[in-house]
Amino acid sequence: MKKKNVNINVEYLTRVEGHGNIVVNVKDGRLETCRLDIVEAPRFFEGMLRGRSIFEAQHITSRICGICSCGHTLASIQAAEDALGITPTAQTIKLRKLLLHYETLDSHILHIYLLVAPDLLGVKSFVPLITSHEQVVRRALRMKKTCNDLCDILVGRHVHPISAIVGGFTKLPRPKDLDAMLDLLKGMGPDMEATVELAKTLKFPEFERDTEYIALVNDSNEYPFLTGDVGSTDGVRMNKKDYKKITNEFVVPHSSAKHAKLSRESYAVGALARLNLNYDKLHPKAKEVAAAIGLKPKCINPYLNTAAQLVENVHCLEDAIAIIEDLKNTGINYYEEIVVGLNEQFKISVKAGNGVGAVEVPRGILFHNYQIDDKGIITDANCIIPTSQNTNNIEHDMKKLVPEILDRSEEEITLSLEMLVRSYDPCISCSTHFLDVRFVNR
Amino acid sequence: MEKAKVAFFDFACCEGCQLQVANMGEALINVLGAIDVVEFREVMSEKWDRDIDVAIIEGSITNPHAVERVKQIRDKSKILIAYGSCATIGGVNGMKNGFPLDEIRRYVYGESYQFFPTENTKSVPQVVRVDYFVNGCPVYIPEFVAVLKAVLQGIPYYVPDYPVCVECKLNENVCMYDRGVTCLGPVTKAGCNSWCVNNGNICYGCRGVISNPNEKGAQDVLAKYKIPLGLILNKMNMYNKCRELEQK
Repeated sequence: MKKKNVNINVEYLTRVEGHGNIVVNVKDGRLETCRLDIVEAPRFFEGMLRGRSIFEAQHITSRICGICSCGHTLASIQAAEDALGITPTAQTIKLRKLLLHYETLDSHILHIYLLVAPDLLGVKSFVPLITSHEQVVRRALRMKKTCNDLCDILVGRHVHPISAIVGGFTKLPRPKDLDAMLDLLKGMGPDMEATVELAKTLKFPEFERDTEYIALVNDSNEYPFLTGDVGSTDGVRMNKKDYKKITNEFVVPHSSAKHAKLSRESYAVGALARLNLNYDKLHPKAKEVAAAIGLKPKCINPYLNTAAQLVENVHCLEDAIAIIEDLKNTGINYYEEIVVGLNEQFKISVKAGNGVGAVEVPRGILFHNYQIDDKGIITDANCIIPTSQNTNNIEHDMKKLVPEILDRSEEEITLSLEMLVRSYDPCISCSTHFLDVRFVNR
Repeated sequence: MEKAKVAFFDFACCEGCQLQVANMGEALINVLGAIDVVEFREVMSEKWDRDIDVAIIEGSITNPHAVERVKQIRDKSKILIAYGSCATIGGVNGMKNGFPLDEIRRYVYGESYQFFPTENTKSVPQVVRVDYFVNGCPVYIPEFVAVLKAVLQGIPYYVPDYPVCVECKLNENVCMYDRGVTCLGPVTKAGCNSWCVNNGNICYGCRGVISNPNEKGAQDVLAKYKIPLGLILNKMNMYNKCRELEQK
């Protein structure tokens, strides 16, 4: 083969949340540079949290990301309750799991239909699809709206939920609300089936790289989203309190920025990681779908993260229905409704402490960690988001992929790389502190 | 008549307000029928480098690059809409301004902090002229649609300049002060239909302060409920810290 030169510079990668650039440089057939640069304007959330009340943390950190604002809310609440020594009630836990299912459904639908499908159908965005595939776009928007309506009923809205706070909920769903949510979920069934049928027809690129997958694990029969230990496909299992031993931020010699790794050169989090670790605990219907699209653990094709999201959607829909039916049977205890107040009335006893929250949000495991003083004021904060854990893994994928497809045109290589990055569903706007940031041409 | 060319641009923000557009459901197809979206990076790969009829700006201005970029967008846009709290009033990003810049950069990024240039957070109207405002964190979609209609018809849109309390009373909520909790409803611009209080939470002031707040009334409320001034000022800083900087 002729010695080839390739120079790819994708500035402001589209159809991802946030700002990232892909830089690849091949000289005489040798890969010299292969990077995903993160150029999001930093927002300093961890710094801004210092001096705020622990009871405000959830409200503020929800604003890290509009797409996974419920996930940030729940990780933040978990960390705050851990620090304060509060144990949530069984009812509160059920409602939080329900909220997380809604967000996972919503986020995965956005990613599958609006961000990934255009690539697989060969167009630039969903807008041209309005004419060519009108029913598909309508279905996607309808499903998204349903998730949004579900969140409206449960927590006031999806983007920056209102009623989920430390200690529980400021407003609990009434019996008619439970009925309405059940109707909405069941009404989504046919659209979900159509989505599965569509997915069966889509062809994902073939590419494999074995890596370590990390997600929450537990000893129960439940596919874990809200609670559990942190586990990996390389056999690691640790308490969430030890999250820093999982993420192992380290400095690479040629740059001042940090990477995350555990047992090998990189690791991945997200839907595919969860599926690889907890496949047996998926709802039977979700397993059927996984079998139908040929997805089984351990799957090491990163492009199939999107397929894993679809499988999770089937699981979340079924499990959400089960949770609501359970709540309808037991009835909601409205005495648990709490008044927000940032603890102004000193109703929750406050002590100095350190708390960690570890929650599976749509893009993978999310850690929040707060240190508070004896007045409940935050003195230290740390948030490690899924995308920052994945960046190192994405770069390793890119380094393996580029030489394999070097015989293709520059446009094709660029598209393959964009699709690879997009398959991780990166949420760059989350970059509270992005682990892996390097700037070129500066 | 040719459809207006509309572009979305994001600066420092969570992109939740853009997401609110996708959350409209099938109604979005009707909106897209009335406008021609030429750039929207979060969901579209299409790019546009010519003049724009309506630029919708999300996010706050936090570094020198952003200042230049928003000025360029202003220059090529007939109408500019500040979209969401981060754009209209600086929003939560403004809390950064309560810290010395080098200190907060070093806290978050450690020794490599010099790679992360930042300035005091500014709202969009503190950098360029803004024609329309859609307040809120996140934006309230019915208001966004109302603003968009006004823009397309070439008529002004007036953001309500009375407090959230007005809407809250119409929604028959029990006053949060009567529940023993401090709320920013009395000084915050209405237009959200008292969204947070309807759901049992307080108003955090995300829509910005009304132009003529009833300070005497607010002082009476604080005195009646024995609320220290520091507490309320601290709450104000969550969204409204950028007020301390000059308006353009």
